[in-house]
Amino acid sequence: MSARSPLHALLPLAGLVAFLLIWEAAPRLGLFPRVLLPPPSDLPGALMREINSGMWLRSMNQSLSHYTMGLFVGSAAGVGLGVLTGMSRVAEGLMSWNNRVLRPIPGLAWVPFAIIWFGVNQGAAVFIISIGVFWIVYFATHGAIRAVDRDLVEVASAFGFTSAPERLIKVMLPAATPGILVGLRTALGQAWMAVVAAEIFGVSGLGSRMMQASSLLATDVVVVYMLTMAALYGIMDTIFMYAQGRLLQWRP
Amino acid sequence: METVTAAPQPDGRAPIIEIVGLSLSFEQDGQRTDVLRDLNLALAPGEFLALVGASGVGKSTLLRVLMGLAKPTAGEVHVRPDPAADRPMALVFQDSRLLPWRRVISNVAFGLEKTSLDKAARRGRAMDALRLVGLADLADRWPWQLSGGQRQRVSLARALAVRPSILLMDEPFSALDVATRENLQDELIRIRQETGKTIIFVTHDIDEAVYLADRVVALAGKPGEAKAIRVVDIERPRKRFSLALQELSARVKADIAPESAPRADDWVI
Repeated sequence: MSARSPLHALLPLAGLVAFLLIWEAAPRLGLFPRVLLPPPSDLPGALMREINSGMWLRSMNQSLSHYTMGLFVGSAAGVGLGVLTGMSRVAEGLMSWNNRVLRPIPGLAWVPFAIIWFGVNQGAAVFIISIGVFWIVYFATHGAIRAVDRDLVEVASAFGFTSAPERLIKVMLPAATPGILVGLRTALGQAWMAVVAAEIFGVSGLGSRMMQASSLLATDVVVVYMLTMAALYGIMDTIFMYAQGRLLQWRP
Repeated sequence: METVTAAPQPDGRAPIIEIVGLSLSFEQDGQRTDVLRDLNLALAPGEFLALVGASGVGKSTLLRVLMGLAKPTAGEVHVRPDPAADRPMALVFQDSRLLPWRRVISNVAFGLEKTSLDKAARRGRAMDALRLVGLADLADRWPWQLSGGQRQRVSLARALAVRPSILLMDEPFSALDVATRENLQDELIRIRQETGKTIIFVTHDIDEAVYLADRVVALAGKPGEAKAIRVVDIERPRKRFSLALQELSARVKADIAPESAPRADDWVI
């Protein structure tokens, strides 16, 4: 089948349908106990129960609020420090060994301090999420600022924009935007993982609701939340790609 | 850069810019490299001066000094203040250097953002400049959508928009194909007639220099020195590759040839 045939476009759909059929068949044919592997046909009912109890919307709201706040705090700090170290050799030098010491610490290793400092609450979740986001965005921004074409910076100087803030606004930031956005998009996925991780430790949201359901062996509810996470991430990534397309419409 | 009113020229017109005893050298790893030595030049208002010379002779460095992008080791540059100018100088780069994230109109308005003009006034001035270079209908394009010649026109418009006292051009047409280059040379002559701009034009193309300029300064040597200054005493409109231009071209070529020592009778100032 050639790549251009109309049937080729249906392959992804066919693959998904096959996956769902096998998934549905496995518990129904008795290959797995239903409680260990709930068939997809059980999911709409489970979803409706969660929606009707109000838990679905509430968990989603909580998770989204952790997510956006963590993403905002981490990105703002990352862009800020990345710009600073990208533009100033002194700042870059000061941060160089700090980076080496702190960067390898996984975001989840901060969980004990997150709980000690903030308690098991929203602050702890935002803290953990923002740490992961921070490093990704910081390094992406630093690299993007360092890679700005010096010739374009000279254009700014030639037209009288000689101060650091002027150079930043007129040339460095716009020129570095594509590189910063690459980091932000990676952070978008990373932050989502951190949301679930933070909530599995007890901060309420999708992750904690999933864990509750799991402890009651309500596996169909667990799957509902797993798919909810996938859907939310998909929506977020789509919105991001749209915004990126708008921001970078100057590129061919 | 110090700005004082320059002394009158021999022909009575006060120069708009005067370069006095300009030298530039830089030091790297304890090694001193002289780029320019004791350069003296004065331009009358509205004059078109071409600087020619081989690569590395300090032509572009001189423009960078004039722009304030590099500091001279010795010497002074005096520019006659002009209240109508937003900037004393504006530079057209060899490689256009448009900002890719700005539309054409916004690129042209770039330098105006340093002035106190509001957005509408900046746009108006930018459109005027675009019209002058014949690209008003491309105002909303992105730079990548333009040809090489169009990019250089936009770069020229960006420089003209700030109404500089002196327009500096750094080999602006050297990366273009012959037809586009000749077309832009004639456009530059027209724009100069319309605006009366004083222009310092750096090129390694001697035919281009004599075709465009009122005077041609031949830079040669290491460090670069003005070996000869020749007046292009040929009436405009000039005929490209006319005998008179070719003769003058040959003389300038001899001026910058490495072995040529300046002879007293060659000096025309």
